[in-house]
Amino acid sequence: METTIEQTLPMDNIVDKSLKKTHTIEVNDAKVWYDDFMAIKGIDMVIKPNTITSFIGPSGCGKSTFLRLFNRMNDYVDGFKMEGKIKVNGRNIYKDKVHVEELRKEIGMVFQKPNPFPKSIYENVAYGLKIQGIKDKNLINDRVEKALKQADLWEDVKDNLKKSALTLSGGQQQRLCIARTLAVEPSIILMDEPTSALDPISTSKIEDLIFELKEKYTIIIVTHNMQQASRISDYTAFFYLGNLIEFDKTKNIFTNPQKKQTENYITGRFG
Amino acid sequence: MQNVTYHREALNQSGIDMLSMCKSQLQKSNESFVNHDSDLAEEVIRNETRINALDLKIEKDCEKFIALYTPVAIDLRFVIALLKINSELERIADHAYGISKYVVDIDNKISPHLLTATQFDVMFDTIMLMMDIITEAYENKDVKVARKVFKKDKILDKININSFTVLEEEIKKDNSITAEALILLSVVKKMERVGDLIKNIAEEIIFYIDAEVLKHQNKK
Repeated sequence: METTIEQTLPMDNIVDKSLKKTHTIEVNDAKVWYDDFMAIKGIDMVIKPNTITSFIGPSGCGKSTFLRLFNRMNDYVDGFKMEGKIKVNGRNIYKDKVHVEELRKEIGMVFQKPNPFPKSIYENVAYGLKIQGIKDKNLINDRVEKALKQADLWEDVKDNLKKSALTLSGGQQQRLCIARTLAVEPSIILMDEPTSALDPISTSKIEDLIFELKEKYTIIIVTHNMQQASRISDYTAFFYLGNLIEFDKTKNIFTNPQKKQTENYITGRFG
Repeated sequence: MQNVTYHREALNQSGIDMLSMCKSQLQKSNESFVNHDSDLAEEVIRNETRINALDLKIEKDCEKFIALYTPVAIDLRFVIALLKINSELERIADHAYGISKYVVDIDNKISPHLLTATQFDVMFDTIMLMMDIITEAYENKDVKVARKVFKKDKILDKININSFTVLEEEIKKDNSITAEALILLSVVKKMERVGDLIKNIAEEIIFYIDAEVLKHQNKK
């Protein structure tokens, strides 16, 4: 079995920064079934830390299913069955002893449609911290402010923290959801079409934000927007019919893809 | 046909039209030069406006294609290559125009003896062959064919270098031919430059099809 540095050394204790450049997510022969339907057909992938990786492919290709494997979101889907190994920072997350709530502290998720709770802006961001059992009000205040600043929303809402989150615009709501994710300080953020419901200006703000967040987080984004994938990601993975067809640096995928299927898809000649 | 495919095909066709027009300009300018046919030369000069118009149209269409279809991969390489090929072709047509201007401006035919001594016919045939090669390579997306151009260009380089010595010797023998020899030397230089431009086009065709960058590389 391959031994990764994360298994033997906690990341925070590593002084030599070059050692930190190891795998954040390592997938070995992942297979997923929904009852008899095989949605993922044996995929291997390594996602490096502090990178943005885009998953692209036509609807039903398995990209969202694959993304949701990383925080075990598929566990609740009827008929879901999984084989293979997924290591997050060296730990196999599909072992029985893994605490799913703990895992989701490590891996945050932002969804297609902004889904703020019908609570105040403050309560939305503090929610994750409170369910973790954090009671120190000062700590919560600090984390809320920090997360809202990271999500580039602080200046917009700092005087209205008690206002309902539902009064915010769609773009602001999505940034609030990102702040809610950041507040629990994950190391990996999964984004499932985070801008598909937003106008171009809000999309641009979220994209800028994603780019800034790369410094501290590893980001994986599912998108149907080819230009978005090419604009913001370092790596791009193209999925088709449950297979990973091509996974490479984004500039290679969008300038000289090695597989004909990839080329046909990104140039709009699919089918 | 998908919208993007339709527009790309239209651009491709414009590229073929430009290749064909420039080839015809070169053919006519050289024939007019060798035969001192000022009517044919005038025709080349008049056609220059058509070349310029097509050059502008292709540029504008490429711009539109990039803006509206945000091409990637082979489509992106195609449109980048076509922009450069178009510009090189326009310059080839400029040389054809320049040669034709000489024909209109000079009174006498260039002596056949000088044309033979400088191997002008070989140069002209080689250039027309190179134009045929890049046209075939472009139309059939054939990298193997495009590569044939590089060897042919060496013939032009050699003739260009030799021409200086040959014409120097001829002037020494009879200095009354100086003006005529200088014009011929200038045309030979233009033809050698046309060879370089055709070579650049071959490089762009290879880049478009195989994503291989040959520019500024000696090994071709």
